[in-house]
Amino acid sequence: MTDHEHKDDAVPAKKVKAGKGTDAAKAESPEAESPTAESKAESTKATGTTGASVTPEDAAPARGAGGLASSGTAAGEPELEKQPPKAFLEVRDLRVHFPTQDGLVKSVDGLSFSLEKGKTLGIVGESGSGKSVTSLGLMGLHTVGQYGRQRPHLSGEIWLNGQELLTADPDEMRKLRGREISMIFQDPLSALHPFFTVGDQIVEAYRVHHKVDKKAARRRAIELLDRVGIPEPAKRFSSYPHEFSGGMRQRAMIAMSLVNNPELLIADEPTTALDVTVQAQILDLIRDLQQEFGSAVIIITHDLGVVAELSDDILVMYGGRCVEYGTAEKVFYEPQHPYTWGLLGSMPRIDRDRADRLIPVKGSPPSLINIPQGCAFNPRCPYADVPAGGVTRTERPELRETQPGHLSACHMEPEDRQRIWTEEIVPKL
Amino acid sequence: MTNSANSEPAGAATGTLTDPPEGESLLRVSGLKKHFPVTKGLFKRQVGAVLAVDGLDFDVRSGETLGIVGESGCGKSTMGRLITRLLEPTAGKIEFEGKDITHLGVGGMRPLRRDVQMIFQDPYSSLNPRHTVGSIVSAPFKLQGVQPEGGVKKEVQRLLEVVGLSPEHYNRYPHEFSGGQRQRIGIARALALNPKLVVADEPVSALDVSIQAQVVNLLDDLQQELGLTYVIIAHDLSVIRHVSDRIAVMYLGKIVELTDRQSLYGTPMHPYTQALLSAVPVPDPRRKAAQGRERILLKGDVPSPMNPPSGCRFHTRCWKATEVCRTTEPPLVPLATGHEVACHHPENAPDQQPGDTKLLRLADGVGTAG
Repeated sequence: MTDHEHKDDAVPAKKVKAGKGTDAAKAESPEAESPTAESKAESTKATGTTGASVTPEDAAPARGAGGLASSGTAAGEPELEKQPPKAFLEVRDLRVHFPTQDGLVKSVDGLSFSLEKGKTLGIVGESGSGKSVTSLGLMGLHTVGQYGRQRPHLSGEIWLNGQELLTADPDEMRKLRGREISMIFQDPLSALHPFFTVGDQIVEAYRVHHKVDKKAARRRAIELLDRVGIPEPAKRFSSYPHEFSGGMRQRAMIAMSLVNNPELLIADEPTTALDVTVQAQILDLIRDLQQEFGSAVIIITHDLGVVAELSDDILVMYGGRCVEYGTAEKVFYEPQHPYTWGLLGSMPRIDRDRADRLIPVKGSPPSLINIPQGCAFNPRCPYADVPAGGVTRTERPELRETQPGHLSACHMEPEDRQRIWTEEIVPKL
Repeated sequence: MTNSANSEPAGAATGTLTDPPEGESLLRVSGLKKHFPVTKGLFKRQVGAVLAVDGLDFDVRSGETLGIVGESGCGKSTMGRLITRLLEPTAGKIEFEGKDITHLGVGGMRPLRRDVQMIFQDPYSSLNPRHTVGSIVSAPFKLQGVQPEGGVKKEVQRLLEVVGLSPEHYNRYPHEFSGGQRQRIGIARALALNPKLVVADEPVSALDVSIQAQVVNLLDDLQQELGLTYVIIAHDLSVIRHVSDRIAVMYLGKIVELTDRQSLYGTPMHPYTQALLSAVPVPDPRRKAAQGRERILLKGDVPSPMNPPSGCRFHTRCWKATEVCRTTEPPLVPLATGHEVACHHPENAPDQQPGDTKLLRLADGVGTAG
């Protein structure tokens, strides 16, 4: 029962972290502390009781069957040993497939990555590359079919702090969601409820996970509103979302997602709807808060500037898969995948005078129902014919390590890639 | 400042519409204002006004690209609609090729619509979903009663090819296209009558980065081939840097800085421009480490354009503001060749009010962070 050990470890860790919070948090921590420990103990119990019947080994095939049998993609893959990993968050071979009338939409099709606490992972890609579906998958929000549609097929493994989330009991997941994992959504106006005051919504998020009275929760909410830089937080507590400007709403959203000191924060396009000066404020805020709370952050965006600003590691997604993964430094300076080259070439630069022309990726993103045979990027890749024998059109490239910690999924030989990048791409950037 | 510009220029009297030579101004705007009334009660008593555009002076030279940049609510879209005369200006003057078009009616504007066209931001709502691509792109010909050589259909198919679509798309509907392709349809429609001036309001902000680059390149190619003049309105400073020859930075209905690309990005003078430039995330992880935190963080939000601050409108958020900024509005004056700035205490230029040194908001902590 490795789950138990990990859970028990997590409790003191939580205590230490709460003590490290802001001054106001310290003042309040005695109240917040005991319920935290209590509910932790409860959740441990829950794991214990369900753990007997739903061990990861038993559950995964049972649940995965729907997704994998119909897609048939996992046929040739060896069964992974389902050990809890060492990393704080580890995603293994995540697949999210939506059955539709037109066919199976493979939004995420075999994604693996891991993330340590205190680190930031940036996920970049075009619309429809599966970025947001991945984040909803991590939050466990794909379990219900919406608007009468069939529920999506999920398979793979998501390990958070030694606990597997895909096979977790829904009640268990509900306890984690919002407390251990929380999310900042793209559009704060539609993510906040228009009928309730901002303060009430934050209080609700807090009281769901902590057994405290309204007064204490209110104090906590005001403290958080203050921390995210909302002026006169006590007064703004009783404002409605429509009374806030875009930047303030996003701050309120961030306050709501941080109210329970989550260990994993997912920010899905947190600044896309905002002006550049407000965006700078929000990015600074996210960075400061991460340093303060030591949480792991996943930032999902299509803006390479935002990623460069915040991320330690970068994962480039295309057609539901990871095509390149590495440190920010490597991905920006020695990118290995032609799609990453295309993204870098498409981007007008603020920090240099203009190159002659942008070098965009030609064509448009693939349909996720008919992902191209072979490498999903091959119809748009200017170098599809570089590897011999048309292998790009028949075989899907595996994600391989080209340098330690730097992975990419491309058939081209490393020498060819190196040559094309330095001789053909860099001079044009 | 605005009154002096209202004198009638010689060209307007004759009303000749000839092509101005390269570099001459195609469009001249002076003292342009647009106030939207705010009404209250049963009798719609006017209780105030949104000063969306509050005194603009600039010109657009033939063959150039003028970029207009600013935060949301600064009036840049309203400006675009005023110069295309989709909105009626409250005050000021707009001259196109020397002809005063400020208060022309619908009928009076119609001949000019051939020369001034617009590309809209949202490729989803700017195309009628019930019309085929063919009828969308051929609408300008019908409305203007133009019979192109070889027939409308042939001309539309040629236009579709020019913007990178296939002529077979003639009978398709907008929903069959992706965002980037729709934006190309919008561009084909704008180009149909061979306009002189194209006003593009956020032409690429709804598009993915790779598609955005395709459209930016297309606009670039079309300008070279057809000798178009662009006014491109955008909030993305990187896109503006790539596409523009000259750039106007707007804040709360006014131009605060107007200069060419090199000067604006190299030696910005207005504190607001500096804050704006420093706020843009740079796609370069090494720079993040080197630059550290020398970013200028502006506090708070843009003030309401219903009740803009007195004096310099930026003084409430400016870290260099002094007493004179609160009381006197700085005029837009050239401080270097071709570099106009409206600021009492510009950077990279001599201080305009050297006597006034007492900072307004030392105590409030506005200004650079960290």
